[in-house]
Amino acid sequence: MATQAEAYDELVKGLWKENPVFVQLLGLCPALAVTNSAINAIAMSAATTFVLVGSSILVSSVRNLIPKQVRITTFIIVIATFVTVADFTLMALLPDVHKELGAFIALIVANCLILGRQEAFASRNTVGKAFADAAGMSIGFSVALIMLGSIREILGSGSLLGVSLFGPNFEPWVIMILPPGGFLTLGLLLALFAWWGKRKRRAEAGGAA
Amino acid sequence: MAAEVSSFKMLLTLGLAGMISGGVLVGIYEATAPRIERNRAEALERAIYEVLPGAVSKEAWVADGDGLKRPEVEPKPGADAVYAGYDADGNRLGFAIPAAGAGFQDTIALIYGIDPARRRIVGMRVLESRETPGLGDKIIKDDHFVAEFDDLAVDPEIVALPKGTTTGEHEIDAISGATISSVAICNILNESNSRWLGRLPTGEQ
Repeated sequence: MATQAEAYDELVKGLWKENPVFVQLLGLCPALAVTNSAINAIAMSAATTFVLVGSSILVSSVRNLIPKQVRITTFIIVIATFVTVADFTLMALLPDVHKELGAFIALIVANCLILGRQEAFASRNTVGKAFADAAGMSIGFSVALIMLGSIREILGSGSLLGVSLFGPNFEPWVIMILPPGGFLTLGLLLALFAWWGKRKRRAEAGGAA
Repeated sequence: MAAEVSSFKMLLTLGLAGMISGGVLVGIYEATAPRIERNRAEALERAIYEVLPGAVSKEAWVADGDGLKRPEVEPKPGADAVYAGYDADGNRLGFAIPAAGAGFQDTIALIYGIDPARRRIVGMRVLESRETPGLGDKIIKDDHFVAEFDDLAVDPEIVALPKGTTTGEHEIDAISGATISSVAICNILNESNSRWLGRLPTGEQ
C-alpha cells in the first residue's frame, strides 16, 4: 500500500520535475494543434485528464491479470474506450467545443503521454499510486496547454477566453494562432524553463561549494 | 522472462477486453445519440431562421424530378433537402438551402435564404469552414461581408469584386486578403442556385 508521502511525491513530480510537455516533451501534437485559444486548451486538458486518470486506475487494478505479451494491446483497448466515451460526451454536451477540437479528441488515443504512463507506471504500481501519478501528469499537461493557449490567444486574437483585452485598436498577431505560432510559443517556453532550471541548479551548486 | 503463458489466456484476455469495451461503447452511444441528434437539429433550425428573417416555422422539401415534394419522413440534418420558411400568418417567405463547396483550405458548408419570387438572397451564414484565421475566416466574422447577402440579386450570377468597384445588385465586396474565400462563397451560391432555383415554386402552392 502506498503511503501518503509516496503518493504525494508521485502527484507532484508531474507538475514540474517531470512535466509531460516541458520536460518529457510528450503529447506535443495536441499541445501544438489545439492551443490557439484558451478555451480549446481547457477542453483538451479536461478530455486528456479524464482518459489518463481513467485508464491508469483501470490498468493498475487489472495489472496482475494481463499476460505480458498482450499488455500493450490491452492498454490501447482501454484507452480507446475512454477516448470514445469522452468524444461522444463532448459531442452531446458541448457541441461547439467539439466542433472546434474536431479530430483531435479522437487522436487522444495516439497521445504517447497516455500509453507511456500505462506502460511505465500504472502497470507496475498500486491503484493509489497510479491515480496520483496520472493526476499529477494530467495537471502538468493541463498547465502547459493552458499556458500555451492563453499566450497564443492574447497575442493572436487580443482576447482571453473570448473576452477582448485591448480594445478595437489592437492589431492581432495572426501568426500566433496559426501553426507557426504554436512552435514559436512552445520553443520560447522550453528555452525559458531550461534557462530557469539551469540557473537554479547553478545557484544550488554555488551555495554548496 | 516471465513464465510461458498459454495462447488461450492471451486470447481470453483480449477477447474479454474487447467485449467489455464494445459493451461500454454501445452504452455511451445509446445514451448520447438522442442528444447529439437534437443538437444538430437545433443548430440547423437556428441557422434556417437566421437566413430567413421573420420566419417562425419551417418545412423540409426534397428534390423530385424537376420539382420538389414533401418527404414522407423528416430528413435528418445534412440530408439533401431545402427548407421552406413561414411567418406567423403562414405566408411562405422563401427557402433556406444548405450548400457546400471548395474553399481555400477545406470544404465550406453554408446555408442561405432565398426569395424565389424576387430572385434575391435574403441571408447567408457559413456553418463550417477551415479558412485562414484572421483572413479567410472573415467570411464568418466580418459583419460587412455577411450583411452583403441580406439583399442580393442572383441574376445573372453573383460575383465578388474588389471593394469600391461594385456597381450591380448582384455584386459583393470581396474581403481584401481573402479573395479566394470570398469568390468560393459566390461559387457555392451560384452552383446551388443553378441546381435548386428552377425547382422552387414562386407563388403559393
